[in-house]
Amino acid sequence: MTEVPEHLLKRAKAARDKSAAAAPEPAAEETAEAPAASSGGDSRIPAHLLARSKSAKARKAEGGDEPAAESGGGTATAVATAPTGGTVVAAGGPPMAAGPGGHTQRLLTVVKAGSIQDVKAKPQDKVHVWPHLIVAEFVAALACTAFLLFFSWFVNAPLLELADFNKTPNPSKAPWYFLGLQELLTMFHPMVAGVTIPGMGIFLLILAPYMDKNPSNKPEDRKFAVSLMTLFLMFWAVLVIIGSFFRGPGFNFTLPWIDGLFFEL
Amino acid sequence: MAKTMQGSPKTKVQDKIGQLTDSVQGSQAWNSIFRPGSIFRKGYSDSPRNRSYVIMNSVLYHLHPVKVKRHAVKVSYTLCLGGLSFFLFIVLTVTGIFLMFFYRPTAAQAWDDIYTLQTSVTFGLLVRNMHRWGAHLMVLSVFLHMARVFYHGAYKAPREFNWVIGVVLLTLTLLLSFTGYLLPWDQLALWAVTVGTNMMGYTPVFGSQVRFVLLGGAEIGTDTLLRWYVLHVLFFPFITVIFMAIHFWRVRKDGGISGPL
Repeated sequence: MTEVPEHLLKRAKAARDKSAAAAPEPAAEETAEAPAASSGGDSRIPAHLLARSKSAKARKAEGGDEPAAESGGGTATAVATAPTGGTVVAAGGPPMAAGPGGHTQRLLTVVKAGSIQDVKAKPQDKVHVWPHLIVAEFVAALACTAFLLFFSWFVNAPLLELADFNKTPNPSKAPWYFLGLQELLTMFHPMVAGVTIPGMGIFLLILAPYMDKNPSNKPEDRKFAVSLMTLFLMFWAVLVIIGSFFRGPGFNFTLPWIDGLFFEL
Repeated sequence: MAKTMQGSPKTKVQDKIGQLTDSVQGSQAWNSIFRPGSIFRKGYSDSPRNRSYVIMNSVLYHLHPVKVKRHAVKVSYTLCLGGLSFFLFIVLTVTGIFLMFFYRPTAAQAWDDIYTLQTSVTFGLLVRNMHRWGAHLMVLSVFLHMARVFYHGAYKAPREFNWVIGVVLLTLTLLLSFTGYLLPWDQLALWAVTVGTNMMGYTPVFGSQVRFVLLGGAEIGTDTLLRWYVLHVLFFPFITVIFMAIHFWRVRKDGGISGPL
C-alpha cells in the first residue's frame, strides 16, 4: 500500500473534525430534513446535488416498498425481497457506516476543470515539417547552390602574383568585412579603430537582449531599438562601402567612376 | 492469344522485381539500417501519421520537430537566412575538403598549389571559386540573419542566450573567412592579412603578444601560413560546429522560431 502524503492526512483530519462538529445537529433532526440542514452547515456541497441525493433516496425508499408489495405472488421471492427492503430501510436511517444525515455516499469535493491540471497550452495552428518545411528548405538550398554554381562558373576568384614582402601594393586593403575598421583607422588611433570600437560593437550586440527590456516585438512599439540598430548597421555599411570603393592609392578618397576600382574580393 | 503471350513475360519480370524488393526489405541488413516505422521499411503513402514518421524515423529529427507552427514555414518571415547560413557552411566544408587534397600550407608551395589546382585539376577552378564566393556569401547571410532576428525582436526572452550564441557565431564566421584569406599566399592575401594583424597588434597591454601568437613569429611567414591553415580547416570549424549545435538546440528548446509581429 502506498503511503498517504502527510498534508493529505492533515487535510482529511481537519475535514473529519469539521464534520464531527456539524454532525450532532443534523443527527438530532429528522432524516428527511437532514440534507437541508447539512447544506446550511457545510456550503461545500452544492444544493442541487443535495436535492438530487434527497430525491434519489426518496425513490429508493419507495422502491424498497414496491417489491415487498408485489411479493405476494410467490413466497420464494417474498423471502428474498423482504430482507432487501429491510436493508434499504435500514440504510435510510443512520446506520454504522453512513455519514451525517444518513448518506451512504458522500460527495467529498467537486473538482472544477483546470484546478488540478492547469492547461496552459492552447491548441496551436501547426503544420507537418514534412513536407511543408522540408520542401521550403530544399528549394532554398537548391536556389542557393544554383546561384553559387553559376556565379562561380562565370566569375573567377582572384589569384594575384605570388606574395612578395618587398612589393607593397598601393593601396593595401583588408578583406571587405574589415574595411570598415580600416576606414576608421584614417580617423582614430589604431587601438581605438582596431580594438576598442569593434570590441565595443560586439559587446553591445551581446548585451542587446539584456538592455532591451521592452517585451513587445512589434516595430511600432520599439521605434528606439529599431532606429538604433538601423543606425548601427548603416554605420558599418557606409564605412565598408567607403573603404571598398572610395579609397584609392595611399588609402586616399577617390571616386570609383573617375579613378576606377581599387577593390578585390 | 498473342496478347497473353506478350503479357506473361512482363508480369514475370514484375513478379521478380517484387520478390527481390521483398527479400531486400525483409533482410536483416535492410532492417538494421532503417528504423521501425521508417518509410524505407513500410513504404510511404500520404497520411498525417506517415508525415510524422518521415521526421521521427530519420536523422532530421535532431534538427526539426514533427510539427512546427504555421508561421514558421512562412518564407517571407525568415527569408531562410539562418538555414542558408548553415547550408553554406556545409557547402564550404565539402568544397574545402576538396581543396585540401591539392594544397600544402608552406610559403614555398601554397601559391603554386593553388595555381596548379586552377589550371590542371578537373573542376579545380570551379570548386575554388565556389569556396571563395560561398565564404563571402556566408558572411553576408549570417550578417543579414542577425539583422532579420533583430528587426523581428526575436532575441527577446526566452531567446536572449541564443542571440549571444549567434553573435559568437558571427564572430567565428568572420574569423573563418579571415583565416582563409591568407591561404592562397598571393599579394592580396599577404597584404590584407598584414593590415588585419597590424590592427590586432594594437590590443592594449598585450598587443605584441597577440600579434606574435597570431603570426607564429614577429613577421608573417611560412609559420603563419601553417598556423592559419590549422585554424581555418580544423580549429574554427570545430568550435563553430559546437556553437551551431547549441544554437539549433536552443531554437527548439525556446519554442521554435519567434512568432509573427
